[in-house]
Parts: sequence; structure tokens; C-alpha cells
Amino acid sequence: MAKITYKHPDGTVTIVDVPTGRSVMRGAVTNNIDGILAECGGDAQCGTCHVYIDEGNTIPLPPVLDYEDELLNSIAGRRRPHSRLACQIPVSDALDGLVVHMPEEQV
Amino acid sequence: MGDRVVVVGGGQAGFQTCASLRDNGFGGSLTLVCGEDVLPYQRPPLSKGYLVGTDEDIVLRPESYYAQHQIDMVNAVAVDIERPDREIVLDDGSRLSYDTLVLATGARPRALPVPGSRLHGILPLRTLADAEVLRKELAGCRRLAVIGGGFIGLEVAAAARKLDVETTVVESLPRTMARALSAEMSAYLTRVHRDHGATILLGRLVTAFDGDITGHVRKVVLDGGTRLETDLVVIGIGIVPNVELAIAAGLPVDHGINGIAVDEYLRTADPNIYAIGDCASYPSRYARGRVRLESVQNAADQGICVARTIAGQPAPYDALPWFWSDQHDVNLQICGISTGHDRAVIVGEPDRFSVFCFHQGTLIAVESANKPIDHVISRRVFASGILPTPDEVAAPGFSLKDFVSRDR
Repeated sequence: MAKITYKHPDGTVTIVDVPTGRSVMRGAVTNNIDGILAECGGDAQCGTCHVYIDEGNTIPLPPVLDYEDELLNSIAGRRRPHSRLACQIPVSDALDGLVVHMPEEQV
Repeated sequence: MGDRVVVVGGGQAGFQTCASLRDNGFGGSLTLVCGEDVLPYQRPPLSKGYLVGTDEDIVLRPESYYAQHQIDMVNAVAVDIERPDREIVLDDGSRLSYDTLVLATGARPRALPVPGSRLHGILPLRTLADAEVLRKELAGCRRLAVIGGGFIGLEVAAAARKLDVETTVVESLPRTMARALSAEMSAYLTRVHRDHGATILLGRLVTAFDGDITGHVRKVVLDGGTRLETDLVVIGIGIVPNVELAIAAGLPVDHGINGIAVDEYLRTADPNIYAIGDCASYPSRYARGRVRLESVQNAADQGICVARTIAGQPAPYDALPWFWSDQHDVNLQICGISTGHDRAVIVGEPDRFSVFCFHQGTLIAVESANKPIDHVISRRVFASGILPTPDEVAAPGFSLKDFVSRDR
């Protein structure tokens, strides 16, 4: 279980508890947090669960694999250095306190 | 555009239409008519992880989402459209008025009309309820016969082998996934399934099912009289689009049966009615004509597109079709539509490769096995319109990544 903070471009902030084993993507959709589409359901197929990890983040995250990297090159929003696909970040206790920012657009 | 939108069908397309309408600031009334007594869910896991006990978390959004977004969920089946009054009639006799109607009625499994097909233990797989039954039956089953070697059939076969069930796939065409894949990729997948212990019978027709005295299926009878002993049968011979509502309302349907005909804005012949997803036939440059696609990508992207149009930002639907499947250790990804290709070039290694499909020298599809990077880059390549030629792809050392880097 980890507390994850989702921040929206309009300033809205939602903090939710996400159980271990879920992804940061499922943490958003199961808590009615808008801004993530997740067309493929979390299979790293579609690139519609793009988020920006907070720039001040110090929590270690799984590395970006080559196909996630290429999907991030194809996303609708702007790719920045901290861009990730939320479905590729599994939640564990270690992620407690993670802050992610939603992009302006997902498609 | 009016401010009462009714969406018929609670699958991926219908759900996405509602979600995207609210995302686009649509403030009118919004009703989702859903024939299944469950919240909209993801279908892809039903033939994969769901059957083997993973991927249980398949609901698209929790129940509270619909209230929060003012989406009225109506659990009913639409039985009629009264276009002059702009009303739909539900199976309980009640009526819903609309200014804009979106038909996302989906499809149903194609039946196999042979003697014995109504015996117990012969199952379809389309809905969550179907998957629940199949999962339960598979758990106590020794021998499974899968009729149809397409996406659903092969995914079920892979799940069954994972559960150590003896599995036979009977396909009427000379190869598996013939409608969706090149002969090269099809041969590879067939081999993978055989390597995992499934029996794959090609070019064989089922002529009947035999049951025992309790009315449970025991044998699959094939052309030529061969009888396969079995405990369970799954029929996966394709789906039939639900177009009856449209036909009854006098809306044109492609070839009279293959999908509600819509234009590039996904609009039917009635300007107040749209049709999207598995039930709709639309003009696609990727198919070089009309096409009806059965995929999550198509359902979701058409939902997004139609929502934009209804919310007042109309844009033609032009998304690149893509598909995926997981079977054993193969992650299969397809970009484009390979139907009608006249040349296929394989690039890669034995278990990690892509098949590039060309039509008259133009790349029309890329099928990737365990090569997600090729798949993702090929989506970009199709979007850019700068496509590699067959000779470029066939040249030694070709890599799609180098190709896009060079052209950028």
C-alpha cells in the first residue's frame, strides 16, 4: 500500500491509497481520477496512461524499457524527461509518497 | 447537436463515448444503456489471464464513476428505434428520448449450426458471464476441443494448456488466424501452440457433436467421420455484428449484414445517429475501403472520435488500426491491416521478429512477435506516411529504428 498523489494541470490534487500489486495507472482509474485513458488496460500497448513523475522525486522507479521509451515518443502530449507510462509502475510500500502530474492531453 | 445523448451498448466503445463526452465538457444528459448486468469491463483479459486466475481487476471504472460524471446507467436492451420521435424503446417497454443516439451494440458469437450444438458443455466466449462459466468448467476438465483457430480460439487454447488441459483446436481453413495474419506469422503461431502440447487440426470441418445420456457433449465429429473425445467445447468461430436494431430502423447496413454503415464521422444515414465499434462499418484508408474492425483500439478510438463530434469539435475518424494478442510466451502485435498483401518480408530472429506486409509495393501492415519496439515504431511510421519499400526492408541489416532515425 502506498499513498500516491495525482496532480492535475488545473491545480486539482487527489491523494489516494493504492494497494501493492496495482499499477499507478490502476490507482488512478479505480479512484475516479480523470486524465488517464488506459485504452489497452495496462499492457503497455497504447500509450494513453502518460504521466510526469514529480521533478523532485527521489523514490527509485523501475527503469524505462525500450518499448516504453518508444511509446513515450508516440504519445499525444509533450514528452519531458520525467515522462512515464503509469501502467509500467507497479505499486509497493516503497512508492509511498510518490507524486505524479497528469498531462494536458492523453489522445 | 441537442443535449440528450443516449448510448446503446456498455462495451468499450459505449463506455469510452460517455467518458470522452464528459472529458470534452459535454454538459447535457447522458444515458448508457447496458444489456449486461455488470459495469462496463475490459474484454481482452477474458480469453487470457482471466481464465487462468490472473487479471481479475477488469472493470473499467468503479460504480461511483458513473454518478460522479452524471452518466445514467440503464440496465436494459434496446429493442427499437423510433426515428421520427427520436426515441428508443427498451425491452421493459419504457422509452428514452434522444437528440443524439450512439449505437455501440457490439457483436455476438457466431453459432455453429450442426447437430448437437445445443448440448451442455459447448460454450461461447464473449461476455464476462461466458468467461466465468468457462473458467469454472476448465478447472475440472481433462480434454478441451476448441472450434476455430482465430484470436479467441488460440488464446483459450493457450490458457487451457497452462492449466494442463489436453487441447485440440479444429480450424476449417488451411491455417490459423487466416483472416488476420500473414501465412508466415500464422505458421509461427501454429508451431508455438504445437510446441506447447496442443493438437492443431487444419482444414477440418465439424459436422456434429455427440453427447451422453445426461445431454453433455462427449465427442466432436469431424468431416470424414473422425470423432474426437472431449469433456468441453469452446466455439470461437467469429462474431456477428448486432445490426438488427439499425436494420429495423431502416438504417443502411454494409452488405445487408456486415456492420451498420457510417461515414468518416461515424454517422449513419440518419444525422442524429452514430454507430461505433464492432457493430460499425466505416471507410478506412488503411483497409482501402470499408471495414468493420473487432478490436479494443477501434472501439476506444471511435468512442473518443464520436464524442468530439457530438461535443462540437467534429473530426473524421482516421486512427491507425492496431491489435494485440498474448499466446503462451508470444506477444503478438499487429499494426495496419494485412488483408490483400502480396508480399511479406520477415525481419528478425526466430522468436523475435516482424513480418512486413506489402500491397503493390506499399507497406500495409507490420506483424510483430516479441518485438514490441518494431510495433511501436511502425505505428509512428504509418502516422508519418514515410514508409520503407520492400527492397529496403529485405536488405540485410534492416532495422525499423534505423529507418526512422535516418528519415527524421
